[in-house]
Amino acid sequence: MKPAPFEYHAPDTIVAAASLLSELGEDAKVLAGGQSLVPMLALRLAVFEHLIDVGRIAELQGIERRDGALWVGAGTTQANLEVSTDVASTVPLLAMVTPLIGHFQIRNRGTVGGSIAHADPAAEYPAVALTLDATMQVASAQGTRTIAAHDFFDGLWTTTMQADELLVGVSFPIWDGRRGFAVEEFARRQGDFAIAGATVGVVLDDADRVRRCAIGLIGLGSTPERAAQAEGEVTGRAIAEIDPDAVGRLAMAGLESVPDDLHGSGEFRTRVGAAMVARAWTTASAEARRG
Amino acid sequence: MADVPVHVTVNGRSRAETVEPRVTLADFLRDRCRLTGTHLGCEHGVCGACTVLVDGAAVRSCLMFAVQADGADVTTIEGVASPDGDLSAVQAAFRDCHGLQCGFCTPGFVMSATAFLRDHPSPTDEEIRDALAGTLCRCTGYQGILRAVRQAADAARGGEQS
Repeated sequence: MKPAPFEYHAPDTIVAAASLLSELGEDAKVLAGGQSLVPMLALRLAVFEHLIDVGRIAELQGIERRDGALWVGAGTTQANLEVSTDVASTVPLLAMVTPLIGHFQIRNRGTVGGSIAHADPAAEYPAVALTLDATMQVASAQGTRTIAAHDFFDGLWTTTMQADELLVGVSFPIWDGRRGFAVEEFARRQGDFAIAGATVGVVLDDADRVRRCAIGLIGLGSTPERAAQAEGEVTGRAIAEIDPDAVGRLAMAGLESVPDDLHGSGEFRTRVGAAMVARAWTTASAEARRG
Repeated sequence: MADVPVHVTVNGRSRAETVEPRVTLADFLRDRCRLTGTHLGCEHGVCGACTVLVDGAAVRSCLMFAVQADGADVTTIEGVASPDGDLSAVQAAFRDCHGLQCGFCTPGFVMSATAFLRDHPSPTDEEIRDALAGTLCRCTGYQGILRAVRQAADAARGGEQS
């Protein structure tokens, strides 16, 4: 037994979970799939008096279309998302990134909400949520509210959810039209967190001009990032005239907290990041042009 | 800290115990059920040696508390061979192809490969490599393990060559 002792709670409704969170406050931590939390507990990087296991709450499960978006229950496992044809057809980027998360044994337990609430800047789902402007649905004893992705990620492993709030679902907007998506990551070993990565979504108009685009950056800051300057630069332009390498370089402009550690210097990560954006841009725009 | 009741079915046998919530499924299987075939290497989800099947899904038993498995059906390496001792196709292939040497990582590889081949009966070599990437071996080398999974897949499809 490596984790420190804790009190275990297994509510079976969102209301019961919210009530426990309200009562226990900062001493409690939500346990979802546990694929990030349990290692931290085992290494005693984190210690909590109470764990609230949300794995038995049926309301947190599900993948369904709601109001023009794809709603994914926070407790839905990554493995379930990986095999969902609904996900692949409506929010392809979500399907594309899923096989890059850890290994299949991890995805059998890891959840969509767990990954997003954990808010690792090098993780795939937070980057997808930010890229697609997803909306997080959170609940507390006071009721429910929604938080836009650009207001959600607050720093390393930190979100703007309060200690008494539970992430219950995520709405991913469904992009229509001549769309293309891609993800590119560079990792030293399969299943590792990426040194750097990029997610790209592009929509073209009938004249092959960029009507809409989004460029998400993985592992290049203390949160997932959007390359807003690069997006602004290419929107409205003819896709054939856009140099993917230039998009990659531009996407690295203005990054302020690129990790610089034993896995890679900040300079190296920035070079890798530019290359990942260029590759993802190339793939996504080729797909959009075929559409 | 209150202990919690845990009722699981392990390799077809019902087990009811009361444990501390912090007991991992791996420790539960090894210490309470005395099924020490599930090996613990890193105990933080990296090495894959502790992989077991929970309701059919291959999972790291070190990254799950026993109480989270309450009500589940668990299969460990001890439950893979047939009751009369005949090795499963995956186990036999590991023996045939020198897929193990010291054997420490082998339970994890066998459990992962068993689940993988059930879900992917006709895998490519690339898919096999991907499936094996979540388990670490430090002595045998991966080539024999790869060949073993390839042989088990081919055997399950009636011995046809890939």
